[in-house]
Amino acid sequence: MNELLLIVTIAGSRVALPAAAVESVVELDTLIPVPRAAPHVAGLSALRSRVLTVIDTLRSLELGESDCSNGIREAAVVELDGHHYALIVDVVEDVVEALSDPSPVRAAMGAGWERASKGMVETEEGPLLLVDIDALVAGAAAEARAA
Amino acid sequence: MDDLIADFVAECREMLEALGGEIVAWEAQPDDRGRLDSIFRFVHTVKGNCGFFDFPRLEALSHAAEDALADVRAGRRTPDPALVSAVLAIIDRIGEMIACIEAGEEFPAGDDSSLIDALAPGAEGPATQVAAALPEAKGGGANAPRTIRLSVELLDRVMSGVSDMVLARNELARRLREAPSEVAVDSAFERLSGIIAEMRDAITRTRMQRIENLFVALPRMVRDLSAELGRQVLVDIDGGDVELDREMIEMIRDPLTHIIRNAVDHGIETPAERLKSGKREIGLLSVSARQSGNQILIDIADDGRGIDGKKLVEKAVAAGTIDKAAAASLSPREQLALIFEAGLSTAKEVTAISGRGVGMDVVRSNVERIGGIVEVDSVPGQGTRMTLRVPLTLTIIPALTVSIGNQHFAIPRSAIEEIVRVNGGSVTLDRIGGAGVATIRGRRVPEISLAEVLGLESDIADEDGSLVVLRPAGGDVYALAVDRIHDHEELVVKPAAPAVMATGLYAGTTLADDGSPILLFDPAGVAQVGGIKLEAQERSARIAETTVVTAQRDNSVLLFRGLDGCRRALRLAVVDRIEEVERKAIRKAAGQLRVQLGDTILPLAGVEALEKGDDKVRVFRLSDGAHEIGYAFREVIDLMAMDNELIPADNPGAVSGVTLIGGEPAELIDAHWLFSHHLGAAAKPKVQAVCRLPSDDPWMQNMLRPIVEAAGYLVIGEHDELIPDLVIASDREPVEAGGSAKIIVLRSDPEGQDDESIYRYDRAGLLMALKAAATGRGK
Repeated sequence: MNELLLIVTIAGSRVALPAAAVESVVELDTLIPVPRAAPHVAGLSALRSRVLTVIDTLRSLELGESDCSNGIREAAVVELDGHHYALIVDVVEDVVEALSDPSPVRAAMGAGWERASKGMVETEEGPLLLVDIDALVAGAAAEARAA
Repeated sequence: MDDLIADFVAECREMLEALGGEIVAWEAQPDDRGRLDSIFRFVHTVKGNCGFFDFPRLEALSHAAEDALADVRAGRRTPDPALVSAVLAIIDRIGEMIACIEAGEEFPAGDDSSLIDALAPGAEGPATQVAAALPEAKGGGANAPRTIRLSVELLDRVMSGVSDMVLARNELARRLREAPSEVAVDSAFERLSGIIAEMRDAITRTRMQRIENLFVALPRMVRDLSAELGRQVLVDIDGGDVELDREMIEMIRDPLTHIIRNAVDHGIETPAERLKSGKREIGLLSVSARQSGNQILIDIADDGRGIDGKKLVEKAVAAGTIDKAAAASLSPREQLALIFEAGLSTAKEVTAISGRGVGMDVVRSNVERIGGIVEVDSVPGQGTRMTLRVPLTLTIIPALTVSIGNQHFAIPRSAIEEIVRVNGGSVTLDRIGGAGVATIRGRRVPEISLAEVLGLESDIADEDGSLVVLRPAGGDVYALAVDRIHDHEELVVKPAAPAVMATGLYAGTTLADDGSPILLFDPAGVAQVGGIKLEAQERSARIAETTVVTAQRDNSVLLFRGLDGCRRALRLAVVDRIEEVERKAIRKAAGQLRVQLGDTILPLAGVEALEKGDDKVRVFRLSDGAHEIGYAFREVIDLMAMDNELIPADNPGAVSGVTLIGGEPAELIDAHWLFSHHLGAAAKPKVQAVCRLPSDDPWMQNMLRPIVEAAGYLVIGEHDELIPDLVIASDREPVEAGGSAKIIVLRSDPEGQDDESIYRYDRAGLLMALKAAATGRGK
């Protein structure tokens, strides 16, 4: 219930990430592209001699493409199966406490959001969409293959 | 107390591991005092500690074994197989109990008295002198190297810390180079740099283990296996001092065990079978390790019955792993490689030891997962050799950095054969059907452009780049075109995220000196994504090797130089193979020159200019399907396509005409004429079909007639009285056939009209028609 949530903005929408899963918030500067990788893999970046796989959340959610050309981007670093990923976000806002368990969102969301949704949680800042980090990392392509 | 128990368990484990090999060696040489002592020392230690810890069953067991061994040491007993087995059984039981202690479990219920009874000797002697030997044993123990136990996890953390330190040093070095600095700072940095390098070496070595740790258990395993299966096997182990990353040792333990089990179970025959096939009754299994570059090679060879490649192929076809057509074209090596396909086992029945469905396919996938390869070589009746090639370590890989545009990539150095500049004299690049082919000092290798594979923009022209010639593990070579070659570096490679690995191109990621990530290629993956057919290439290379060329397009010709130095060409389809014979194998017999090739004697053509000086003569073996003749020549020039017009020869003969091949004139050999001329009577069917040709048409007479004659026809003109079975006419002068004769109409225009005429240089069509007419006649 009192799970901590990190509020970030992706594609203009305020959403919540489970704060426990987020190791740190960084500013990415260099981005090395990975040719031939799935489109939502924006590239590689280094953080304290660790390689981060940078995930373009916009592409992952099928909402377009993040603009990485002009240098610094904010990103949330998460670890999944021993690999570190940086999820590109627009803005990192705040950490708040969840006031409810996630409940299903009955309104129609975009397909990408639908896939990455873990439900809606109540917070002091109002209802927020809890985003599934695994789904962001897996991206749209993996989902399509599994289906 | 718990700490003490943990130490006891660890000590026992170490001793047990070291003991595995000793016991078997002791069995082979019962009078080997050193081995006996070390076994005795173990049971003695266990016994002493048990009293302290209160493990009565363990104590009783070790005590009994100690007593029996003490008798042997005192010379009151000679060790026999029964005693060795009994001691082994006790040591095994001790091992099980120690495992229970370690896991904090109760001992499984059971009685050890049967084990202890098994030790009882046939005759008992007087008991004395046990204590005298003990000080000696203790002295041996003190010589052991000083060691401590560390968790691998801790080592890994240290290793990764040191790797980071190296990276930080590299970055600092770069900054120092950029900024004007003082000599004092530089020299301090140099010292720091040296220390870090030393530390990295040392920490790398801590992760290294002698492969002996893996090998010590083998003699015992083979002994148990062979006892169970009724085999007699001698194990020969070599190269135990080769060092390997400890993780790697764990990774190859299972594959190695599996291969050895297979060798004892399926490879080595029973003593009776061995004697029958004229071998020593004791089979030899040799396991050896050696370092080759940054790879470790582990050979497991037995002198057993070997693997029958044909049986494997049958099984694979039956199991649907490959289709019949593919099966027929497999080389012996490829046949053997089928053993690594899933679901194939040559064993007729499933035994307890191997053939339980865990096949060689699992072995291969396990080895390949750690970047290794496994190869098999076998001679039926003589034995099998399996070779495991594994990288020295998982983490540090010597690599070459290259770049496309401004992005850097790394290529593992182990796969690199050579690096050549495209604009160097020894290299040419060609485009064949859109695919790149690089010719490097005469060798043709498929070429792919890294920029194209990756979909990146190359910022330089093709001819300014470099080619990296790669040989992926187990595959064939190919050339990778890159923009620039940078540096050789030792890179600390880390696995990349699944989304990156899914491309199939990369083996991992690493950090460059400036701290930016670099992708490390998987050379086999790059080839695959780039569309290089590694296996197919191997197959076609084989064809070139043996010069057995079949099913080529009709206009491909083999360009060669005759004995008289003339450029000549032969249609490829008639060349069966090339042989080299001694000069003396060619002699005149029965009216013409003939050559002896093995057991057959063939008429020989092309020998008009045979010189006395030639010791060896190379001969084409030409075949029309039923008969063969030889054609002597000096050298093969090339395989070419004949796409220029043929200017017919004035007279019928060995040369049907001259044409431009590769920009120079070459004489085209008329194989049909050769056959008809040289085979003579031998080739004539008993009842010859008769074919009528217009006698006033020179083309018919000079070009066609030999072909028709070679097809077995007797050729007549219009005025001959014989009744023709077949009439050939040109489309300009239609003829009446008369009687039951078939008619073939030849046209001079390659573009066919809608009738049944055949273009006169459509050799295949013509031959088909000739053959059809000849068979039709018989009905």
